[in-house]
Amino acid sequence: MPDIHIRGFAGSINAPNPFWLASAPPTNCGEQIMRAFDAGWGGAVWKTIGEPITNVSSRYSSADWQGLRMMGFNNIELISDRSIEINLREMAEVKKRYPYHAVIASLMVESKREAWHEIVARAEDAGADGLELNFGCPHGMSERGMGSAVGQVPEYAEMITGWVKEKARTPVLVKLTPNITDIRTVARAARRGGADGLSAINTINSITGIDLDTFEPRPNVDGKSSHGGYCGPAVKPIALNMVQQVMADPESALPLSAIGGIETWRDAAEFILLGAGTVQVCTAVMHYGYRIVEDMAEGLVGWMRSKGFASIDDFRGLSLHRVTDWKNLNLNYKIVARIDEKKCIGCDLCHIACWDGAHQCIHLDRASGPVNGHVELHPTPADNEARTRDSITVTPVTRQERAAAFSKPGPYLAPIARIPRVDETECVGCNLCSLVCPVDQCITMVRVDTGLAPETWEERTRGAACVTQPQRS
Amino acid sequence: MSTLTLPDDPQLRERFSELKRPLTPQAATIEANRCLYCFDAPCTTACPTHIDVPGFIKRIASGNLRGSALRILDANILGGSCSRACPVDVLCEGACVLHRQGRHPIRIAQLQRHAIDSFHASGEELLKAPPASRMVRVACIGAGPASLACAAELCRQGASATILERRALPGGLNTYGVAEYKLRAADSLREIELIRQMGVQFRFGASMDTADDLRALEDEFDFIFLGIGLGAMQRLNIPGEESDGVMNALELIAEYKTGRLRELTGTVVVVGAGNTAIDAANAARRLGAETVYLLYRRGESDISAFNFEYEHAKQEGVQFLWRRQPAAIRRGDHGQLLLDTVQVREVDKKLLPIPDSQFTIACNLVVPAIGQSPIAQLMREACRIEIKDGGIVTDRATGRTSNPRYFAGGDCANGGREVVDAVADGKRSALTMLKIAEAVYA
Repeated sequence: MPDIHIRGFAGSINAPNPFWLASAPPTNCGEQIMRAFDAGWGGAVWKTIGEPITNVSSRYSSADWQGLRMMGFNNIELISDRSIEINLREMAEVKKRYPYHAVIASLMVESKREAWHEIVARAEDAGADGLELNFGCPHGMSERGMGSAVGQVPEYAEMITGWVKEKARTPVLVKLTPNITDIRTVARAARRGGADGLSAINTINSITGIDLDTFEPRPNVDGKSSHGGYCGPAVKPIALNMVQQVMADPESALPLSAIGGIETWRDAAEFILLGAGTVQVCTAVMHYGYRIVEDMAEGLVGWMRSKGFASIDDFRGLSLHRVTDWKNLNLNYKIVARIDEKKCIGCDLCHIACWDGAHQCIHLDRASGPVNGHVELHPTPADNEARTRDSITVTPVTRQERAAAFSKPGPYLAPIARIPRVDETECVGCNLCSLVCPVDQCITMVRVDTGLAPETWEERTRGAACVTQPQRS
Repeated sequence: MSTLTLPDDPQLRERFSELKRPLTPQAATIEANRCLYCFDAPCTTACPTHIDVPGFIKRIASGNLRGSALRILDANILGGSCSRACPVDVLCEGACVLHRQGRHPIRIAQLQRHAIDSFHASGEELLKAPPASRMVRVACIGAGPASLACAAELCRQGASATILERRALPGGLNTYGVAEYKLRAADSLREIELIRQMGVQFRFGASMDTADDLRALEDEFDFIFLGIGLGAMQRLNIPGEESDGVMNALELIAEYKTGRLRELTGTVVVVGAGNTAIDAANAARRLGAETVYLLYRRGESDISAFNFEYEHAKQEGVQFLWRRQPAAIRRGDHGQLLLDTVQVREVDKKLLPIPDSQFTIACNLVVPAIGQSPIAQLMREACRIEIKDGGIVTDRATGRTSNPRYFAGGDCANGGREVVDAVADGKRSALTMLKIAEAVYA
């Protein structure tokens, strides 16, 4: 059975599994965190502790997509609105009852050395297994010189990390904001400041939408709104990119707790493949509750077993160096789309996608006879559509008519005339058709042998710079 | 004259409550989002009026309900009644590609209804060209779906159209003949009110029974569209058919839909197994008949009714008597109505009575439902129009008959199909007339 325990993360943090709750409403108080641990979470980063604030109502809004709720989620809630004393007293209680779970104190105080020294000491006295410095909160706190106001200036980040490290006995993680041109600049600063680990990413500045009746942006606070922090499934690709950038950079890389749209074990596995040591979850729990962790743990273990991984470290970072600069990609690698006529249901989305959004090489010519070649040789989508719009259809009212109308249309599921065909001589292998196809494994991208040795742009243009001036793109 | 003249009858409303409840706005949005938005969609091709189904569904998904309704009405002015009356299993929903993935097809009819109902609720009118911007005058005989579609298309494009109807209310079978739990007469009339607002003229109580009637029309109008439907229901041709206790299926349906028949009791026997027979049998149950038999001379697998109609009738409690024919209708000793029947078997496509299989059903009503007879005799003689097998011969793509001034569509031309087929016929005829007029003008 694969072991998903975390041992010695960022130096000394242990946990029964890599699934932690991010610093957010699900970790607002001790009562919640204990229920979360009972549900199966391996760790929790306490909702950021600092001088208590006053919140507004409302605080959250979401980006829904095609009827699905909370594809993206946004908040303008600040750090904990409870006193430092209460938070730390509850933290001590949690640690006493759950000694083997990871409890990380997320901290944010004003940018003074003494203030940081004091809060670090108090959190560690309460039993925190580690500290997470909130340099990422993009709304509200940043207007007061905290949160992302620190995280966007490498010098501040380095300085405060240094102050914390002067005092801390437990591992110090710096939480990075994505609201910056290059996330590595702050990651490097944190590392220079002595950080033991990183958490990434914090939320992304956002306005989730505008009410078309009232013209009020969301979330609405008495007719106005403010830049919120965006998270949830929609941000995962951005988070994956930033985690990869940090982990692939020798001056940035540190043990990393990945955050950003993680909802399932699949999401978690992807972040770990890019080098993350643990993952943090918030939006998915706010949507469905703590119970989602059961499948996350089970699913990850099941996948590890099927792949033969005994521990998290067995696969951590395996995909990290498969991300490279474009100039290092093989220009002679060629794939083409192939449509499985046995699976095609005849929606013809690939045809219109290829014509309007790609390279005009998917045609409806299986019945009329395949034609390969450039775009001018083929009827356009409009031609195809006009033909059926001119057709005369009647309701099949008799048994015979119905039998004829619903007889098997040929050897395949869909009538042959509706099964598109890829002109492989024109296909550039862009993937678009396989992405729009609603049927799994119906359109596959198949490698074709170009007979050419692998060659990258870097290799092809090596030496060219001697003869021509480098061009601006 | 207003087209909205049918009193509300609470008892009718309760007994014939709609089979399908409308979708809530959120359910409609969720369902709309399931649509794949196929290119050159098979559902659109399968619809005789070629409604842009993915187009109107995506408009529901985005909250553009007015645009959705206009998209539907653009192709099919009776999109509201079609969304209720169409046998979508064998049309758009039957063609949905999701079937091939083992998934439920998109509930196209329900979505279409949602869009059209919202349009009606908004109280908006349809856009139309300025009246008489095209100098074409057309008379449409019969106020059924074919004529309504023809007239609406003409008016929308600025021509003038007048519908002549023998009965007091427009809509033809939409108003008088579709089971009330599928399409309420009031909904049919509401839809026609929209067409009237487009400028279509109506003349009710107008019968076209003689050659002179038609001559007068020819003098007044440029083209005449025949949307006259089929003729009276066919007779059983058995003794006693003229007695009091016999009422054909279309008569029965029209009577209850207009509130003149409100109650049935005892036993009702419907003869025939088409969709109209089923509608009549279900209606008899809902009107209070304790026992309803459906008598059919062939077997279960031979019925012409759609499968979903047959299943529905079973749920309504209709009992089926297979391979049995009516022989005579008579009165018993105490004045009760008796239907003599006989079992038959099929030998070489012929139905032969089985000896000693006579069986008499004591009943309160016999309802013949074995199809309508063609009506076109007058047309052949008075208008010099070619008739074949009782139907008007037309070129389906243009609606033209053998007489260049006459067009025809709907049941009288297609032999008896669905509302949506009649709409498609009427629209094609209108477009042809406009094209001809355009050419003449040019």
